[in-house]
Amino acid sequence: MRASLRINPIACEAHGLCAELLPELIRLDDWGYPIIDESEVPADLIGLARRTVDACPTLAVLLDEA
Amino acid sequence: MSVGDGGHHGLPRLLAGLEPGGGAITLSAHARVHGPLPNIAPHQLIEEVERSGLRGRGGADFPTARKLRAVADRRRVGPLIVNGSETEPASAKDRLLLGRLPHLVLDGAVLAAQAVGASEVIVKVGDGALDALRALDGAISVRDSDRVRISVVAGPEGYVSGEESAVVHYLNSQVAKPTLVPPRPFERGYRGRPTLIQNPETLAQLALVARFGSRWYRELGTVADPGSALVTITGAVRAPGVYELAFGTSMSDLLAAAGGPSEPLQALLVGGYFGTWVDASAAVGLRLAREDLRSVDCSLGSGVLIALGESACGLHESARVITYLAEQSAGQCGPCVYGLRAIADTVAALASGVAHAGERDRALRWAQEIRGRGACHHPDGAVRFVESALRVFGGDIESHRRGRCGARPAGLPLGETALAPPRLGASERPAARTRRRVAR
Repeated sequence: MRASLRINPIACEAHGLCAELLPELIRLDDWGYPIIDESEVPADLIGLARRTVDACPTLAVLLDEA
Repeated sequence: MSVGDGGHHGLPRLLAGLEPGGGAITLSAHARVHGPLPNIAPHQLIEEVERSGLRGRGGADFPTARKLRAVADRRRVGPLIVNGSETEPASAKDRLLLGRLPHLVLDGAVLAAQAVGASEVIVKVGDGALDALRALDGAISVRDSDRVRISVVAGPEGYVSGEESAVVHYLNSQVAKPTLVPPRPFERGYRGRPTLIQNPETLAQLALVARFGSRWYRELGTVADPGSALVTITGAVRAPGVYELAFGTSMSDLLAAAGGPSEPLQALLVGGYFGTWVDASAAVGLRLAREDLRSVDCSLGSGVLIALGESACGLHESARVITYLAEQSAGQCGPCVYGLRAIADTVAALASGVAHAGERDRALRWAQEIRGRGACHHPDGAVRFVESALRVFGGDIESHRRGRCGARPAGLPLGETALAPPRLGASERPAARTRRRVAR
């Protein structure tokens, strides 16, 4: 199973929780908005990625699981 | 009539029948130049377009047949949308087509609508494009044999409002801002239906392919880039305007079509404000072909070519443009809102001689980080422009720090100074056989 992570940049308000919860995949730019360098989520991080999706106050983190 | 009969040879193609005077061509004159609208089966049209190699002329360069198929394969297809927004400030080709040759664009729209199973055509133009609005109203009122309904919608003219998803968003809910994709309009567009959106030039080309066939279409251009293109040539040239040229034409012939440079050139901006600066010495060897343009990290984009003379300052002009692009952000996505503004401030500081090379490097890092992080491609296009500006004019940063820059403003067109719709001048010189001049 493959899972990939993306941000809805329109919804994102730079709360920054995602980078706290999933620093392995998400870092913040100089204004606090998330940068995802590698969108593919390794199997061992899928649980954390789902928690990150749930934690975002504006529901801006999207996990496409195929 | 089978596809492939007739068709005039050489140029002009799209601009054939365009006469001095400024008005829109009448339906009867249009039919005299190009012949009647062909009766062609949907699958046959899509196959012919595929063989022609036609690509979208709105900037994305996407194969038109694939776009047609993506919608034709779906059910409950929405209207075909003609995206005549033309929000690129230097571009004038779409307004020329809609304002002077509306029937050619509408022919293409009607044919494409039938090919994908759309029962309606909506033409979207900027609300300041009065010539286009007038010409479209006149053209639609005399077309009585179309099997699809045609309507015109005027909307806001901001840079990002011409983006595909922003056009659909505007038609759906009067908000001219991009939306998150996917879903793309061909998946879920107008009122949630699969929607085909095409640029006016793409549809005008399609109307000719439908009449004269793909073999005729390929008589001009190269194998990889067949046909002709409308190019808006402006800046330091003697006769700025919209020209129809064959793919494969050299940059120096392109400039010659616009009367030649009005002074020695230092650089060319290829592809408009989402495009790329190319040093003049590197540009002269290029042809109007994707392969050549890719070799210098360019694309034809919306078909705009801006020549920058040696008397102008590339840093200053680029600072003006990137400031404009930052202001044109739809204001929805953080990386675009904050990132572009910061980059624009840095380029302005570099041009004023109050920033050092370290600040340039930081702007380049921002540019890299911003790419791909907007809902639409506005930030991507803007940073491509900035990166090329800092590459081509980077050598000027030190001299700006040491002293004042004495260059004259080149006055690249921005939103408030957009080119007026081009007109054929009464005093037009006879056009060369291979190209058609449309003076402004």
